[in-house]
Amino acid sequence: MTPLTAYLLISALLFSVGLAGALTRRSAILVLAGIELMLNAANLNFLAFWRFGPHPEALTGFIFVIFSIAVAAAEAAVGLALILAIYRHANTSDVSQIVEMKG
Amino acid sequence: MGFIVHDLWLIPVLPALAAGISALLRQGERRLSAGLAIGSMGISLALALCAFVQSLADPGRQVVNFHWMQFGSEWISLGWMLDPLTAVMLVMIAFVGLLIFIYSTCYMAHDANFTRFFCFLSLFAAAMFGVVIANSLLLLFMCWELVGLTSYLLIGFWYHRPAAAAAAKKAFITTRIGDLGLLLGMVWLYSKTGTLLFYDHGAGCLEHGALASLLGAASVAGVPVFNAIALLIFCGAVGKSGQLPLHVWLPDAMEGPTPVSALIHAATMVAAGVYLVARVYPLMSLTPDGIATALKVVAWTGAITAIFAASVAVAQNDIKRILAYSTISQLGYMMLGLGVGGVSVGIFHLITHAFFKALLFLGAGSVIHGCTEEQDIRYLGGLRRFMPITFATYAVGTLALCGFPLLFSGFWSKDAILHAAHGWSVSQVPFYLGVIGALLTAFYMTRQVCYVFFGERREPQTVESPRAPEEICIIADPHESPSTMTAPLAVLAVFAVVLGFINTPAWPWFTSFLLQPEATLASPSPNPMTWNPALDFGRFAEAGLLPLMLLSSLIVLAGLALGWWFYGRKPIIRADDPDALEQLAPPIFHALQKRLYVDELYESTLIPAARWAAHFSAWLDRWVWNGAVSAVRILVTGLGWMDASIDTNAVNAGFDEGCRGVSDGGRLLSHFQNGRVQNYLRVIAAALVLLAALLLWRSAA
Amino acid sequence: MTVLITILAAVTLSGAVAAMTLRNLVRCALALTIAFAGLATLYLSLDAQFAGLAQLLVYVGAIAILIVFAILLTPSAPESDLESPDSALDSKTHLSSSGLVGSLLALGVFAILAWAVGRSRTANSATATAAPAANMQQIGETLVHRYILPLEVIGLMLTAALIGAVIVAMKESQAPR
Repeated sequence: MTPLTAYLLISALLFSVGLAGALTRRSAILVLAGIELMLNAANLNFLAFWRFGPHPEALTGFIFVIFSIAVAAAEAAVGLALILAIYRHANTSDVSQIVEMKG
Repeated sequence: MGFIVHDLWLIPVLPALAAGISALLRQGERRLSAGLAIGSMGISLALALCAFVQSLADPGRQVVNFHWMQFGSEWISLGWMLDPLTAVMLVMIAFVGLLIFIYSTCYMAHDANFTRFFCFLSLFAAAMFGVVIANSLLLLFMCWELVGLTSYLLIGFWYHRPAAAAAAKKAFITTRIGDLGLLLGMVWLYSKTGTLLFYDHGAGCLEHGALASLLGAASVAGVPVFNAIALLIFCGAVGKSGQLPLHVWLPDAMEGPTPVSALIHAATMVAAGVYLVARVYPLMSLTPDGIATALKVVAWTGAITAIFAASVAVAQNDIKRILAYSTISQLGYMMLGLGVGGVSVGIFHLITHAFFKALLFLGAGSVIHGCTEEQDIRYLGGLRRFMPITFATYAVGTLALCGFPLLFSGFWSKDAILHAAHGWSVSQVPFYLGVIGALLTAFYMTRQVCYVFFGERREPQTVESPRAPEEICIIADPHESPSTMTAPLAVLAVFAVVLGFINTPAWPWFTSFLLQPEATLASPSPNPMTWNPALDFGRFAEAGLLPLMLLSSLIVLAGLALGWWFYGRKPIIRADDPDALEQLAPPIFHALQKRLYVDELYESTLIPAARWAAHFSAWLDRWVWNGAVSAVRILVTGLGWMDASIDTNAVNAGFDEGCRGVSDGGRLLSHFQNGRVQNYLRVIAAALVLLAALLLWRSAA
Repeated sequence: MTVLITILAAVTLSGAVAAMTLRNLVRCALALTIAFAGLATLYLSLDAQFAGLAQLLVYVGAIAILIVFAILLTPSAPESDLESPDSALDSKTHLSSSGLVGSLLALGVFAILAWAVGRSRTANSATATAAPAANMQQIGETLVHRYILPLEVIGLMLTAALIGAVIVAMKESQAPR
């Protein structure tokens, strides 16, 4: 069990938890939270590889993670704004109740 | 005059153009149509005279051939020629034709269809010229058929009369039967010799090479090929020239206007058959030894026709029908002349006959015109006083036809025929038939003249005019015809006398002229003018010539005397007086009057056979051929119905099923789109799992 | 060293699990915050100080607060959302929205990932090396020299997201329907 493997397993576990939550919970906000967890798991993955991989001085993984955090922030803001808008329209934030796009 | 050979085509084309323009004119524009016809005929006469002069200067045969139609690698060629035979025919047709055209302007002046008449006349003239100048049997045949067509149109000119319409049909169909033989002969000749051009610088079908190959060709069913072809071509002549089995149309053709009878059924069209035999004479006379079978058939046919028609003419009462049977008889003489004596003998009689027969017909027309359309000689009479010019010219024509000795052309031409028949090695019977025929000719012509011009005036009360059938003509005193009609009579009378002298034994100019091309071929001489024979009365002393002339003179005088004895001694006073001959031998006279029952024979045998064949063909067409076509139709319809049902049931249904399946599948798949985002996410996750597993598995492997 | 990582990982994971399973939304949000904080410490253990502190600033300081705001602004009936009642239509499909399927799928994903990690040569041969220098100067230089384009785009995107979020979340004008 190298340190890299440990971190990778942690990130995998975190990813799975986040996925489970995103697939299971009915509240839209919690789906978003699961997605944030998945993103974070990915960030952890990147940093682990940066730290233990070749050429850490290139800072490639590091910069990626910085950008990822910025994007996640923007996405969370927009997503939550959307949830608010949907809540105003449908009076609920339950994803199983919002089925107007069915085919 | 050398230009005329290349421009010979103008002679038929100008009248054809006149006919074409006349066809577009309204019926009221009489002077224009008559002017066109007479003008074009005049120019054609001038050109024909140029051709004649050219032929005099150079009596060889000159041809102009051109390619007409190509099929495969072979060309069908047509062409025209100028040789002495063509030249004399051209001049004869143009001259007689022009005189008759001028005559017609007066004769048809009261007719409502004046323009149509001259249109047809011009067309006929064009076609007849075409027959005469043709150097190709095919071109001759085409113009031959055109001549037959115009004859039909002109016989049936007054088509509202049922008799005229029936006569026109009869003429066309009877000549058609002959033309069938001509067509078969033509096709056979083409298949054997490969060309239909008569003369083509050695390659023509009448030239030495083709004739030699025909002689050598194998026989068909025991008949030599050259005999069969010659006889088939002669069939056409039999039909067109009214020889015995196919003569029945000529008397009925008298339903047409008299100028038509004069031009077509006396001078020119019926002469076309004689001309055809003369033109293909090298083929007719082709024989390995002795006398050619075809010529024998021609001679016998001519002799029998001559005697038959002369007998029937004795008992006829219609002025034109007597002349019609006389024409048939004289055509028989021409064929006899061709068969026993050669081209010049027959053609000489053709030329002289054209003039005096046209004269006789025009004279009869003058009588009819002057006596308010009366044609039955029993109701005419004593016209000598009323129509002197007509009488004088008619008398000249009669004497020419009878062959009055020495002075009239008919004597010289008929004598030539009898002389040749007397010298025929095969049999003397045609000679005797010819002699009896001459006797009968003199007899019936005298009878006719006595009935018409002598005796008392006999007339019916009313007469129906064929030209205006709704009118009943009022009987007036017969009057002499206007000068437009009598002038041609006079001109023709002059020629009826003078023409005889171009071929007397003392100066046989005509014979030498016609035979010159062969003579030139046999022994080419540097000076073409040396062929002109010298006047030599010593030729009269040749063997048998003078006794024969004496015999024929006696026969003619005997006929005239008999005729006068029966009909001229006592003037005929009443119309219903029985005929003098009828009193003598009623059964024979009645049989002759019924034209020896030939028409009745055909009516009872051939016509029903043809009708039966028509019914059979109709049945064949309706049930057998139509049945086959119907079977195909039913098959195709059935296939179509089957196709349609397959399309509706199988294809459409299948397609509908497919569409239903697609829509059902779509409905099924739409359940996946239930609008629940988390479901979508689950599907994505599942797919992700699967794909990742797949990738890793493969890379691990 | 690994003990520390284990403890930190445990904290993070328990926070994550709690965030995904608790019923009370606010408590979920708070658990999420703990998870974020644990992740920040994990970043720090990886010698990625800037990343860890940025994580704290952004995730804990902004995103978690946003989530709390959103929860507060969208109150819903406190019903069990782990089992969602299937509609008549959905009972026919086997894609039921029960928690079982999602969990199974997550389990499958983890299985795959773990298997991949276990078999990875790179991972198994990585050795613990000295901490790389990742000071602010280097980060700044790298950002401005090499990643200048993504930097500008990120700025544009953040602007757009800001404006977009405001517009989306704005109250609609009271137009009569």
